[in-house]
Amino acid sequence: MLRRFIRPISPSARREERIFYLFILPWLIGLVVFNAGPILGTLGLSFTDWRISLDDLNFVGLDNYSKLVNDDIFWTSVGNTLYIAVGRVVFGTAFALLLAILLNQKVPGIPFFRAVYYLPTVTAGVAVALVWIWIFNPRLGILNYGLKLIGIKGPPWIFSSDWVKPSLILMSMFSVGPNMIILLAGLQGIPKELYEAAEIDGAGLWGKFRNVTLPMLSPVLFFVIVISVVGSFQTFTEIRVMTEGGPGESSNVLIWYLWENAFIYLQLGVAAAVAWIMFVILMALTGLQFRVGRRWVYYEGEGR
Amino acid sequence: MTARKRKETVAWRKSIKGRRALYLMLTFLLLAPLAVAFVMPFLVMVSTALKPLNEVFKFPPRLIPETVVWQNFPDGWYGYGYVDFTTCTWNSLKITINNIVGNLVSCTLAAYAFARLKARGKNICFALVLATMLLPNEALVIPQFVLFTRLGWLDTHLPLMVPPWFGWPFFIFLLRQFFLTIPEELVDAAKIDGAGHARILMQIFIPLSKPALATLAIFAFIGNWNSFFGPLLYLRKPVMQTLPVCLVQYQGAYGNTDWHLMMAVATIAVIPVLLIFIFGQRYFVEGIATSGVKG
Repeated sequence: MLRRFIRPISPSARREERIFYLFILPWLIGLVVFNAGPILGTLGLSFTDWRISLDDLNFVGLDNYSKLVNDDIFWTSVGNTLYIAVGRVVFGTAFALLLAILLNQKVPGIPFFRAVYYLPTVTAGVAVALVWIWIFNPRLGILNYGLKLIGIKGPPWIFSSDWVKPSLILMSMFSVGPNMIILLAGLQGIPKELYEAAEIDGAGLWGKFRNVTLPMLSPVLFFVIVISVVGSFQTFTEIRVMTEGGPGESSNVLIWYLWENAFIYLQLGVAAAVAWIMFVILMALTGLQFRVGRRWVYYEGEGR
Repeated sequence: MTARKRKETVAWRKSIKGRRALYLMLTFLLLAPLAVAFVMPFLVMVSTALKPLNEVFKFPPRLIPETVVWQNFPDGWYGYGYVDFTTCTWNSLKITINNIVGNLVSCTLAAYAFARLKARGKNICFALVLATMLLPNEALVIPQFVLFTRLGWLDTHLPLMVPPWFGWPFFIFLLRQFFLTIPEELVDAAKIDGAGHARILMQIFIPLSKPALATLAIFAFIGNWNSFFGPLLYLRKPVMQTLPVCLVQYQGAYGNTDWHLMMAVATIAVIPVLLIFIFGQRYFVEGIATSGVKG
């Protein structure tokens, strides 16, 4: 690497290099000002007792962190975040895969179904989160009415601390659109000969899925899972609009805990510590996935 | 059933045509109920928007209102104290259009550089693009908030409208993937004609990438139109707020929410996204599919 930097290069190559950096300059500035700077800024601020004005800001060492460690609500929000992340990733990925497999069938009307399944992703946002409050209404909502029709007494959904997290996970199932499309593209990239070969070997439906589909799809599946974990940490709109972290603290996730501390209690130092912890957790999870991924993700041409 | 008929049925089931029909039916049996479930939230929204308030609270809930009240739409739009939806919509539109243009310009430049130019440090920079794709922006918000406050940008649209001009990792990545598929020979031919990189970008890459650029424009439209976190944080004055923030204020301001009016405005808020989705569907699906392809 170093040698490449030292090696003298021709004037035309140098000119190309200048153009390269000119072209990426906006992104590079953005990286420094909006990403790298804030990451370090967050770390720095997390060691201060900063509340509202930056002028009365003192260095307090690890105080904010020890405050967090001793705060039950913080641990609850870590637990809730992981609960929702696992739920969304496991069920969301499985569901997206099911939809992708259905859409990969040779039946008429696929473009229509594809559009319909994608629809809730596009309209996700405040408007639809508001609708979901109504859908989840235990007495008057359409969900429990539907369940009643088939003889099930519906739970109180987002209005009970036991059900609020499953409710949010259930709701997120409606936004699997992008994952579904990515997986569908992956499915369509699997060569048909592999299935034919498997059939000749006498593989049934499950055998083909287990031994052809899953390994061939694993890089795409991996991508989807990594993205889903990051996405689940960003669940803010639903929490703000539908539950505000409640009932009690049962849907208080890290991003909401951060928001509350920063912009409601105005404890920006503490909030910075929360942000930094969130980072570390996400980095650890992503690193872990890459580690585990090496074992189950199969890249073509790599052999086994 | 006679024996002969039964034999026929068995034969039919065994025949390829029969199996095909059975398979079709099973697939539809899964596809159709899911489709109903997926449009349900939308139907509930529209149907609530058309009901009078007393009917909203009726049980059992009905999707088709007994009385249709079109008046909910103007009432919802204008009838809410200090929230003026015309202003909010205008704000949303202004920010969204600016951000689409900003994203397209900054990302096209960077994507071209990453796809077609050689430079030392390029791999490190591209690794950074990929790494920042996984960075939740919400976690960086505190220093950003400080920065924008210091600049005096609070309660202006600048904190939302300036950053898009500095690239968006996901878009840079997608466009780069697309630019890589443009044949090298075209570039070489242009170079022989004496074209510089700016001209190659303008005259070859951008015209050939219209579908990819359309995809990004659609993504950016939807993302910015629905964006909530940033506007909620930076915009406090009612006249500055965007549509999603205005909508939330409808919620329970006097302890009880006017669901019918709120849903009417929510329906209007969703319509632009819906139209963009319906007319841009082709680009949409292709664009996302590329993101999962190994680069």
